Amino acid sequence: MGMYWSVGTVLLLLAITAPVALAFGFGGAAAARSHFLPLRWIGKAYISVVRGIPDIAFFLFFVIALDQAFEYIRHRIKCPDWDEPIRQGSDFVVCTAAKLPQGNAPQWVHETYGFVLAVLTFAIVFGAFAANVMYGAMQAVPKGQLETAESYGMSRRQTFRRILVPQMWVYALPGLSNLWMVLIKATPLLFLLGVEDIVYWARELGSFKSPRFTDYPHAEWRMWYFLALLVFYLCFTKLSEIVLAKIMARLTHGQATAAGEAQRRAQA
Amino acid sequence: MTCWETITAYGLRSIGIGEQLLPRSDFTLCQQFTLIGSGMIWNIYFGVFALVLGFFLATAVAMGKASKSFWLRKPSEWFIFAFRGSPLFIQFFFAYFLFLSLKGQFPFFTPLTSAAYGALFVLFLNTAAYTGEIFYGALQSIPKGDIEAADAYGLSGFTRFRRVIWPTMLRLAWPAYTNEAIFLFHATTLAFFGGFPILKQRGDALYYANYFADKTFNPFVPYPILAGYFILLTLVVIGLFGLVNTRLNRHLPQERHKKLRIKPQVIR
Repeated sequence: MGMYWSVGTVLLLLAITAPVALAFGFGGAAAARSHFLPLRWIGKAYISVVRGIPDIAFFLFFVIALDQAFEYIRHRIKCPDWDEPIRQGSDFVVCTAAKLPQGNAPQWVHETYGFVLAVLTFAIVFGAFAANVMYGAMQAVPKGQLETAESYGMSRRQTFRRILVPQMWVYALPGLSNLWMVLIKATPLLFLLGVEDIVYWARELGSFKSPRFTDYPHAEWRMWYFLALLVFYLCFTKLSEIVLAKIMARLTHGQATAAGEAQRRAQA
Repeated sequence: MTCWETITAYGLRSIGIGEQLLPRSDFTLCQQFTLIGSGMIWNIYFGVFALVLGFFLATAVAMGKASKSFWLRKPSEWFIFAFRGSPLFIQFFFAYFLFLSLKGQFPFFTPLTSAAYGALFVLFLNTAAYTGEIFYGALQSIPKGDIEAADAYGLSGFTRFRRVIWPTMLRLAWPAYTNEAIFLFHATTLAFFGGFPILKQRGDALYYANYFADKTFNPFVPYPILAGYFILLTLVVIGLFGLVNTRLNRHLPQERHKKLRIKPQVIR
């Protein structure tokens, strides 16, 4: 049964990660456009650092790093009078009260904690990609629109909220839909983060015994399992393509772009 | 052990030359730099060979997808869809188990069950599909006048392709192709994390970085080292592709001669 649940895990991860990553991306893009210099540096560094390095390295890095960061913060709060160093040789030692999750916590807490870490990791990495896309989209909104808003006496904040943000989506959507595809295709990496996803089950079920020494009643089945996964992902991306094309058509409606103009002509 | 001795002992460890026993405790910075750098040999090997081989297949696939013949177009479209629509990670797993089960019947497939050939083969097909789509897009945007001019000069068939269509296609596709190359190098880190086995701890850069992070429980040293290596590799790729770009555009007037601007968008 666990195997079928794992498909749900993947879908749940997608459903949670996508909005969180979008929020991270929005924050990153807004920071990179900020007039406050340090904030702009942070935004730009976030975008370029995460993008220049293989994402899988980030997945492996953040899971440990986030875990240790949380435990360290809790450690500072809960045990202020602890005098031993945190790093003792190859060990990372915090007081027992700061352990996450607590040693006596039930199994589902451990699993949920792992899942939350995975979601955060995905959101940080894909947030950077999304920030890149949205930064470009904000730049792509015609200057005339922003200048008109200014000439109407709107403040910077008003211009941002009323003019820039509603118009940027049509420019951001091609990049974001590309990103959604990338996100779907990154979900198998979940199993590297220790979450029981669909890839995990293939390995788990296949490795009851060393495959070399067992006589399977059937032929090597993991090939077919992965073939099924391939087909699953193919269908999923195809479906997303169709849905995203619909959204794009709707967003284009009434926009000052070539596609919007073509739509207007077709209706007229 | 001095740093120089470490380099001579572990510099080629990833391809099985030098000291076999990996360090187990008291890791020095030098050891981490050397071993992770040694692992980069694999990443460069996968990336370079997949790119060079994939380039030719991609040209063929792009021509196939743009062709009028049904029997050329459909297979090319399906090839591109299958490899772009599914996660590379699953492709690795599937290919590994496919080769494993084929090996039993045809000894011909034995080398393909090793990472050195099997993973390279998958990466080759994968990059051919992605590049094929880029080239196809470029083929579609070749200026109509160029082809008409070629017709007017009496060029046809293969001559027209070699002297007009192909160079123009490359010129148009080059910025996107540079992106693809960068992401292909990033994707090479997946090779050893997908099904393909690691023999005698001869892994790629990410494998060693992961090894150190697991042993020291401190991700803040090995992963930044890995990141540094990848940023260097990316800069080299951008430099080399920039040279080719200059050559492709050498006939254009110099002041209009745009420098290759790399804006890595996500492709995978």
